[in-house]
Amino acid sequence: MAFTIKVNGKNRTVDVDGDMPLLWALRDVLDIKGPKFGCGGGFCGACTVHLDGKATRSCVTKVSAVGARAVTTIEAMAANPIGEKLQKAWLDLDVVQCGYCQAGQIMSAAGLLAAKPKPTDADIDAAMAGNICRCATYIRIRAAIKQAAGLPTADSREI
Amino acid sequence: MAHDMTAELQTSRRAFLKASVATGGGLMLGIGMVQGAAAQTAAKLSAYVSIRPDGSITVIAKNPEVGQGIKTMLPMLIAEELDVDWTQIHIEQAMANQAIYGRQYAGGSTATPTLWIPMRQVGAAAREMLVMAAAARWKTSPAECTTAAGVITHTPTGRKLTYGQVANDAASLPPPDPASLKLKDAAAYKIIGKSHSGVDSPKIVTGQPLYGVDVVVPGMAIAVFEKCAVYGGRLVSADLTAAKALPGVIDAFVVKGGNNPTGLVDGVAILASDYWTANRARADLKIVWDEGKYADHSTALYDSRAADLAAKPPQSSLLKSGDPSSALAGAAKVVKAAYSYPFLSHATLEPQGCTASYKDGKVEIWTTSQNPEPGRQLTAETLGIKPDDMTIHMIRAGGGFGRRLSNDYFVEAVAISKQAGRPVKLLWNRSDDLQHDIYRPGGYHNFSAGLDASGKVVAFRDHFVTFGEGETLVSNAVLGPTEFPAGFVQHCEYVQSTMPLVAPTGPMRAPRSNALCFAFQSFIDELAVEAGKDPLQFKLDLLGPARPAPATNATFDNGRMSAVLKLVGERSGWAKRGALPKGVGMGVAFYWCHLGYFAHVVQTRVDPATGVWKVGKVWVVGDVGSQIINPTGAIAQVEGAVIDGLGQLAYAITFDKGRATQANFDRYPLIRINRAPTAVDVHFLITNNPPTGLGEPALPSVIPALCNAIYAATGKRVRNLPMTNAMLKST
Repeated sequence: MAFTIKVNGKNRTVDVDGDMPLLWALRDVLDIKGPKFGCGGGFCGACTVHLDGKATRSCVTKVSAVGARAVTTIEAMAANPIGEKLQKAWLDLDVVQCGYCQAGQIMSAAGLLAAKPKPTDADIDAAMAGNICRCATYIRIRAAIKQAAGLPTADSREI
Repeated sequence: MAHDMTAELQTSRRAFLKASVATGGGLMLGIGMVQGAAAQTAAKLSAYVSIRPDGSITVIAKNPEVGQGIKTMLPMLIAEELDVDWTQIHIEQAMANQAIYGRQYAGGSTATPTLWIPMRQVGAAAREMLVMAAAARWKTSPAECTTAAGVITHTPTGRKLTYGQVANDAASLPPPDPASLKLKDAAAYKIIGKSHSGVDSPKIVTGQPLYGVDVVVPGMAIAVFEKCAVYGGRLVSADLTAAKALPGVIDAFVVKGGNNPTGLVDGVAILASDYWTANRARADLKIVWDEGKYADHSTALYDSRAADLAAKPPQSSLLKSGDPSSALAGAAKVVKAAYSYPFLSHATLEPQGCTASYKDGKVEIWTTSQNPEPGRQLTAETLGIKPDDMTIHMIRAGGGFGRRLSNDYFVEAVAISKQAGRPVKLLWNRSDDLQHDIYRPGGYHNFSAGLDASGKVVAFRDHFVTFGEGETLVSNAVLGPTEFPAGFVQHCEYVQSTMPLVAPTGPMRAPRSNALCFAFQSFIDELAVEAGKDPLQFKLDLLGPARPAPATNATFDNGRMSAVLKLVGERSGWAKRGALPKGVGMGVAFYWCHLGYFAHVVQTRVDPATGVWKVGKVWVVGDVGSQIINPTGAIAQVEGAVIDGLGQLAYAITFDKGRATQANFDRYPLIRINRAPTAVDVHFLITNNPPTGLGEPALPSVIPALCNAIYAATGKRVRNLPMTNAMLKST
């Protein structure tokens, strides 16, 4: 069945089973490879995209459920002021190790900063806990989000 | 590991340089990384540096990139000695080709010790040839020329030539003997020692395709591969009718494999134009499996057998020094404890997979292998394809951790492409990845130690219960006779018993060390407590006064170890830990592996009501020699190792009915940001030793450091992993 979804500002038509997760419509039908496959169960966040600006796991979101909501992937984030700041902070602080999760991390971080422009470390931990980084770049992810938000990067929490 | 390392180091010392004309003109310079005595003549040109007449400079990164930063670090070494600006070079990933590049793998933290000299020699040789070409053109002496940023200057006259302008001339000059090259003094470094962000990172943060899963080949199908859930199971029959009838399924067929669990095994391939359709069709397969002789294996069975074996006399001896039985009998105090650790999956975030395009006896492969050459050999042996008929692209991997040292997914992709007669991209799902891993083996240690009246360790014994058949152990389930404190306690004995195992095992980041360090360094902490000593001072006392430095860095140097341990104590404020609030504790541990010396102090708080633990700050001191090549990358490796290690305490692969029971991250809970420490203080102790690698040695001792901190916070000793919150509750 054909579905028309709005991806990165353009209407795209995919002729697929409506149960197909958005992730695979993006990756294998539309050749948008930024969202990554990590678990297929919504556990790891590598597939995170935005639906109307809200961070969403595309591996557990059916194409048929997207509807009129705007799909944004990492490929379009340089054109988003928050996304651009996050990408710059990610490079400045050399966050990336293997890098496989980082598109999803940036999408979740962008969702956080859109909702909460000056997050605390605890806010960051809560918002980012759905995104696994197997290389465990978490210290730099926290710092990069704070840098993008214009906050001091050190973690001031006492144990 | 030490033996492999020595071989690699010897190999690199036989390096020699070769020059030729680059495609399109200019200088192409490589280094022969010869294998074996007769290989000098067989070594071909390896184009590590190409300088074209237009001034463009290409530097090849020879090893697979799995997140360890090697694609950035190795070109830094070349660029430094070539005397170019970092922004002037274009970096390209090498093809997998052992004849040209020597061994290309990511393992054992070996790249730095083996390539620190040869990669700089490549850069220095190219620079020297370019200078000679310029001097010849000026009819002057190379000694009157200087270089900077890819420009040669004749100092007395101020004349200048760019590298590109003399590249053609340089290509006709004989390359210098590597041994004759004078490499820069560290004080002159412009690139080495300065932080360089990952070269692929701009593409990564903008979502450009780079990884194995992103490969697209014209005409390819997406393939999935259903295997027996029980290791060693064989396919008896398969009804593929329903799966083939599903809309979108292109084909489904049986692939016959062999008995090697790390090679090609029996399974059913399903091809579709997209992954989701292919994967969904697996539910419609009707396969009859012969589950083989291990179908009754389980973690419960292993635990029970381990307890039985520990109670019996050991099957073999690994080490006996002094008279441990008498020393234990005569000790003022005897301490006994049994430790165990589970099987672990590497769980790279990018699941295993591979793309292959087989046509007319030849095959092109796009692989995320950490170790592609054995994949070529495995595929040649399994499928009868000539090694030279395989063209292998090395693709950036979404994590390795040792999983991709094996090449099972590689041979599967080629087998499926060959049988399908078209290009295929094989993708494993998360269950495939967790349940068909080549695991970090579990193990059991039964310690006893004797303390004299002063609290000194006079006897130490470990009955190691591990997996194997007799004295033939499964991969990476080995306790060596030099494991500390062997050699540092007068009466020491390591003995062993084994039992058979259903699943394949292999190296995982800091292989063997990640497990042994937990057990040994935790038990040594227990001894400190039993002796009534400060654990850090007790460990320094056990290491003893510095012995003469060993002849090679492949041998443990207790002086280097003690220096690291002392310094982590100072940086962490260890002496003031008595002032910590109730429920907060600090623990310390140290370890040496992969040529690196590391000590960790971990600060933790445990909630007595729930047992939930949190890590505050972690202090790390490491000695990996005289030079940190890329500081940001080095610190990143340590930060990652620390958090990876902390995470490993809390999860496990368990077996039931011969199969792994964890199918996804809900039951294999990798550490997340909300459990990561608030800070990791990384300090490198610079010593006058050759630079060595970092991916692995920074990991092991964080694990017992946390366990020892938990003991300090709660009085509860973690002896059996995985650690659960329930173990740590006080109420």
